[in-house]
Amino acid sequence: MAGADGDDSLYPIAVLIDELRNEDVQLRLNSIKKLSTIALALGVERTRTELLPFLTDTIYDEDEVLLALAEQLGNFTMLVGGPEYVHCLLPPLESLATVEETVVRDKAVESLRKISQEHSPVDLEVHFEPLVKRLASGDWFTSRTSACGLFSVCYPRVSSTVKAEIRQHFRTLCADDTPMVRRAAASKLGEFSKVLELDYLKSDIISLFTALASDEQDSVRLLAVEACVSIATLLPQEDLETLVMPTLRQAAEDKSWRVRYMVADKFSELQKAVGPEITKNDLVPAFQNLLKDCEAEVRAAAANKVKEFCENLPEDSREQIIMTHILPCVKELVSDTNQHVKSALASVIMGLSTILGKDNTIEHLLPLFLAQLKDECPEVRLNIISNLDCVNEVIGIRQLSQSLLPAIVELAEDAKWRVRLAIIEYMPLLAGQLGVEFFDEKLNTLCMAWLIDHVYAIREAATCNLMKLVEKFGAEWAQNTIVPKVLGMANDPNYLHRMTTLFCINALSEACGQDITTKQMLPVVLKMSTDQVANVRFNVAKSLQKIGPVLDSNALQTEVKPVLEKLATDTDMDVKYFAQEAISVLALA
Amino acid sequence: MAGVAGGNDFQWCFSQVKGAIDEDVADADIISTVEFNYSGELLATGDKGGRVVIFQHEQESKNRPHLRGEYNVYSTFQSHEPEFDYLKSLEIEEKINKIRWLPQQNAAHFLLSTNDKTIKLWKISERDKRAEGYNLKDEDGRLRDPFRITSLRVPVLMPMDLMVEASPRRIFANAHTYHINSISVNSDHETYLSADDLRINLWHLEITDRSFNIVDIKPANMEELTEVITAAECHPHQCNVFVYSSSKGTIRLCDMRSAALCDRHSKFFEEPEDPSSRSFFSEIISSISDVKFSHSGRYMMTRDYLSVKVWDLNMENRPVETYQVHEYLRSKLCSLYENDCIFDKFECCWNGSDSAIMTGSYNNFFRMFDRNTRRDITLEASRESSKPRATLKPRKVSTGGKRKKDEISVDSLDFNKKILHTAWHPKDNVIAVAATNNLYIFQDKIN
Repeated sequence: MAGADGDDSLYPIAVLIDELRNEDVQLRLNSIKKLSTIALALGVERTRTELLPFLTDTIYDEDEVLLALAEQLGNFTMLVGGPEYVHCLLPPLESLATVEETVVRDKAVESLRKISQEHSPVDLEVHFEPLVKRLASGDWFTSRTSACGLFSVCYPRVSSTVKAEIRQHFRTLCADDTPMVRRAAASKLGEFSKVLELDYLKSDIISLFTALASDEQDSVRLLAVEACVSIATLLPQEDLETLVMPTLRQAAEDKSWRVRYMVADKFSELQKAVGPEITKNDLVPAFQNLLKDCEAEVRAAAANKVKEFCENLPEDSREQIIMTHILPCVKELVSDTNQHVKSALASVIMGLSTILGKDNTIEHLLPLFLAQLKDECPEVRLNIISNLDCVNEVIGIRQLSQSLLPAIVELAEDAKWRVRLAIIEYMPLLAGQLGVEFFDEKLNTLCMAWLIDHVYAIREAATCNLMKLVEKFGAEWAQNTIVPKVLGMANDPNYLHRMTTLFCINALSEACGQDITTKQMLPVVLKMSTDQVANVRFNVAKSLQKIGPVLDSNALQTEVKPVLEKLATDTDMDVKYFAQEAISVLALA
Repeated sequence: MAGVAGGNDFQWCFSQVKGAIDEDVADADIISTVEFNYSGELLATGDKGGRVVIFQHEQESKNRPHLRGEYNVYSTFQSHEPEFDYLKSLEIEEKINKIRWLPQQNAAHFLLSTNDKTIKLWKISERDKRAEGYNLKDEDGRLRDPFRITSLRVPVLMPMDLMVEASPRRIFANAHTYHINSISVNSDHETYLSADDLRINLWHLEITDRSFNIVDIKPANMEELTEVITAAECHPHQCNVFVYSSSKGTIRLCDMRSAALCDRHSKFFEEPEDPSSRSFFSEIISSISDVKFSHSGRYMMTRDYLSVKVWDLNMENRPVETYQVHEYLRSKLCSLYENDCIFDKFECCWNGSDSAIMTGSYNNFFRMFDRNTRRDITLEASRESSKPRATLKPRKVSTGGKRKKDEISVDSLDFNKKILHTAWHPKDNVIAVAATNNLYIFQDKIN
């Protein structure tokens, strides 16, 4: 294929090759991303003998170039001549697997894992496995960390002698001098366990797991918690107690809060992995302790898991465990000193109502919801409000509405505009759950008040909110409740409020339909075309462009067109521009 | 006269001096930090001009077997530039406050350098191959006719002269409101801490857009401020332990395992003040200017204005050893206060086996203390004794009324010549001493 038909087909490839060394990173990156094009033009032979040796030494480049290269090489098998020659890709990936930049190294390992599948069992032992060994016994820890990710892909496909060697290498790396390597080994422990025979799992992995879980560095210990999940899943139930639980218990009470945090964070996975019996006897007290931990980060992580943990409890004793063991802790968390803990709890606590049923919810959970609705921290209140749907299903929202309303009103008037913004976003949801009557009575005024907020982001969100409300309650409701109020603002002395009218019309026209738009909104928009503020006038042009498709052609021709033509001769540049744009988009010219 | 360190009798002798000889010293050339890497093969200095100079240890040469080889310039680069904070209307100096090497992870070397506000991670790497051959131009750089390309050329790598490149890998900025006084790499090899006057932050070496505040001593009302953080360091082996020293002469040891925010210390090291020596200057001279863990991790050393103290981490109420650095200055404190010298921040360092310590003084003198024999010595970094292999003569400052021969009177000490920064090779008896704009390297000569 190479050089087959003359000059013009070679030229672009020549440019790509030269740009592999361009001073501009972007061009180099571009060339690397088209490496397959280059390889295709060179043919498999030259790719193997010239391109790959060159790439093997290109490790001085910028990270983003190296990252792209590492990724490309994972898809290069066909370009070097198919699986028979796939081992030619090992040298460049090997050097990329030793660079200091973690993302590049990880990508190189990912590509190595990918191409390992394309090696024949023989090639795997002749080419791939020696590479893993070289990396595993490398001088620098970058290469040793990379090796950790490769054991599990070659292990299942090699002979038993090589398997023994691989296990030995993994053992060595688990006891490496540098914490970096031990961390890499610990993070791959679970993955490696999955490919190991059960006997070796029990004899080898458990001792490594125990050792890593009591490593002097807490950064290593916390990774062992993750491995705990995979290992516990793999072992037969009867071995868990002796092989895994001592370590897990120790981790849950570790001196370092980071390890306990990890246990809390992985609690649901751990719970599933160890099964219902151990959960009842061991994990319930452990979870109670985590909920009462002295470090707020740990409590917050545990609080996040309350719902999931309760859901996954064995059904026969679920209610009893929650009521006697978990709920007392949850009650304390409601008045925790740390707002992150409270807010983590608030984001899941409503979920308990489905598990506990109506009576328990009313008796035990409702007081907690109400307390959180009155919390001093807005995030806590928001989290409760955003999860109202769970409670609605169980007890109906009316139970809460007494407290809900003051909470919403307070958030709606919060001094921080981001808090106001957050509550606006929940309005459509609330409206749906509370029903149109309650909404009209209590919340409608709030929604209209946001339209004249002094922060633009709030006015914008309020506009969008109206559109969603109309979608929910229908055009008729819109016509009776909000359209008159919105249109009334067109006469407001503040031009920003007049513009809000236009923004609302933009948002509402589609949801309200042709009739309301033509009969009620259009006259107002047209009237505003004579506004003295240019910003209002060009927004009239933009609005007309926006609502044009909703109007019938008669109104377009007889009413919209003359106004736009007039605006197109406006003294203001922007008004002219947007008027002309509207004319051309609506095809009125 | 025997030198100190390790018990073996030896003398310190001159090896090298770096930097210009001019009397007239440019401010930018003043060395502001000195640091050996973990193997001692590289030695880095930073200066007030924001530059970092790295020296590499040359292999022993056959014709001079008595010397362990010299340190030659390996790489020089501009680490920091002067900046201006427009929001606060503050100039940010380019001066390198600290350099810390990272444990070596591959063929390249990495170091952290910091000025008052911004920490940078630098990579120093070697390159000895160069790609050759273009398709669209020939060897001389002339463009080829694009329509006469008949075959594709893949570049080939050719050997070339060794080139050392320094490239900035990460910039850790915008996390310090006050001036950064310390950076320290954690033994977990993935995090490091940085300390300013009031706060200590913990960073991940790969993450630049966030750091965790682990200590904050800023009072709600700045008028209630009574002490500042002067130095901080991570424990060499226990990744969860770090210490920080304060301007009140106390040291707090914190355990990161116990809580995410280390506002409460686990240990508090303080020596009760001797009421008899109390004076107006007591608080100023008790301020700690440097704190260093021993390599073993069992001890730490602190430097205050007049002394060096060694603390056993298991004993909080007093240091196990106290060495006077220049006690004769006690009577001069008033004039040292007037010329601001009393606020000089002297650093201190351990030798490789923790058996000896070194710290600086005035008049280009520096002091060494042997912890086993309790012997101490004063040496001078000066051009006069800078002949190859010249033995350093011990210096003495006369404290009594009558000055003996070879002694120098306290009144004739030059307070403009101060040795603030010194470094000791992690394995050998090789020391680097920064005297204003000159870097002196001394090594032992075995008798």
